[in-house]
Amino acid sequence: MSIWEYANPVKFMKTSSLVLPWATGLAAACLIGGLIWGFFLTPDADNFGSTVKVIYVHVPAAMMAINIWVMMLVTSLIWLIRRHHVSALAAKAAAPIGMVMTLIALITGAIWGQPMWGTWWEWDPRLTSFLILFLFYLGYMALWEAIDNPDTAADLTGVLCLVGSVFALLSRYAVLFWNQGLHQGATLSMDSAQHISDVYWFPLLLCIAGFILFFVALVLLRTRTEIRLRRLKALEQRERMA
Amino acid sequence: MIALLLRDLRLAVRAGGGFGLGLAFFLIVVTLVPFGVGPEGGVLARIASGVLWLGALLACLLSLDRIFALDYEDGTLDLLVTAPIPLEGAVSMKAAAHWITTGLPLVLAAPVFGVLLHLPAPAYLWLVVSLLLGTPALSVLGTFGAALTVGLKRGGLLLSLLVLPLYVPTLIFGAELVRRGAAGMEVRVPLLMLAGITAATIALVPFASAAAIRVNLRQA
Repeated sequence: MSIWEYANPVKFMKTSSLVLPWATGLAAACLIGGLIWGFFLTPDADNFGSTVKVIYVHVPAAMMAINIWVMMLVTSLIWLIRRHHVSALAAKAAAPIGMVMTLIALITGAIWGQPMWGTWWEWDPRLTSFLILFLFYLGYMALWEAIDNPDTAADLTGVLCLVGSVFALLSRYAVLFWNQGLHQGATLSMDSAQHISDVYWFPLLLCIAGFILFFVALVLLRTRTEIRLRRLKALEQRERMA
Repeated sequence: MIALLLRDLRLAVRAGGGFGLGLAFFLIVVTLVPFGVGPEGGVLARIASGVLWLGALLACLLSLDRIFALDYEDGTLDLLVTAPIPLEGAVSMKAAAHWITTGLPLVLAAPVFGVLLHLPAPAYLWLVVSLLLGTPALSVLGTFGAALTVGLKRGGLLLSLLVLPLYVPTLIFGAELVRRGAAGMEVRVPLLMLAGITAATIALVPFASAAAIRVNLRQA
């Protein structure tokens, strides 16, 4: 038993069809529970008022936006090194989700920033690096779309993902140098004392779990679609040959 | 490799168009900016360093799709891949040729265009230094973008979408270097960062470009 067994599309389809309903159901439960808990059952914060509630969408979306890129990096590496097609398709499937997560983080941030900072947009390092991340997602997806041959597309986007990761990280620190920010420090961290009180912490945790499960469900669904699409194309080609 | 460099340079000069075009584009951008923001000297002087860097970046972008397109069409690229010199070296030479035909003229012309934008006097030195250090990175990264899109029919727009985010760190440190130089502030940090990014880019990115070209030629 090794993880590479799932590189086999048949095995992947079989396992993912078992996992998918569970992931979807749990994601829905966590999201509905977490959001209702967060929106209606927590008190307003002292210095933020009710705007604090945006945190339940903003923080998980921002976390996912970054982590999805990391996941794409890993799957691209697996594709480039071990040539497992499922891996490349998973990277392709994850990209639009990551882009939407980035967009959600940016938009909810703007909605929060308007009453709090008095501006929809500020060229703050965190905001700026998210915008740059958004551009990287766009370029990555555009490259997938532009190339017809699926293996070529997988290779080239894989290389782009590697180079892009380095430059996204570099941009992150470059903008830090370029402008001092308004955005507060990390809300959640493992080593320092927690910045937010438990009242907000638990529903937030639930929302984060919900977003992760939601992403897992979506990626499985989209990867399955891509695999089926690939099979369909193979069948059509065989039909034409016959 | 020197022969390859000379060949590319000769092609760029004799085939016409490529050599002066980037420079002309740069001039047009610099001319259009005062129409957009108004002719007051104070405003122009403040934004001059950023505009000059942006103009140089866009002019560089304009000529990227020519790096490999012609060689791809007439089969020269296939010969380069099978040639005894490593493809990474050939790609580096391509980038060098692109820099000499596009980047270097921009560096030399930038102080002249700086006059048009009322660039403050102490900034001239730093403008030339920052462009001299930064434009090679733009050419090398552009070569990577061109290598990714070489097999595509209409790769031009996609090329800009792929390459521009990669230009962000170079642009930030380059423009910051000029801004700090103009204000008479400490310039060591952006100077070192810019030089570091360019050096690392020249050293590492050709490997990615060569990999992309191999992939693109595999299917054809």
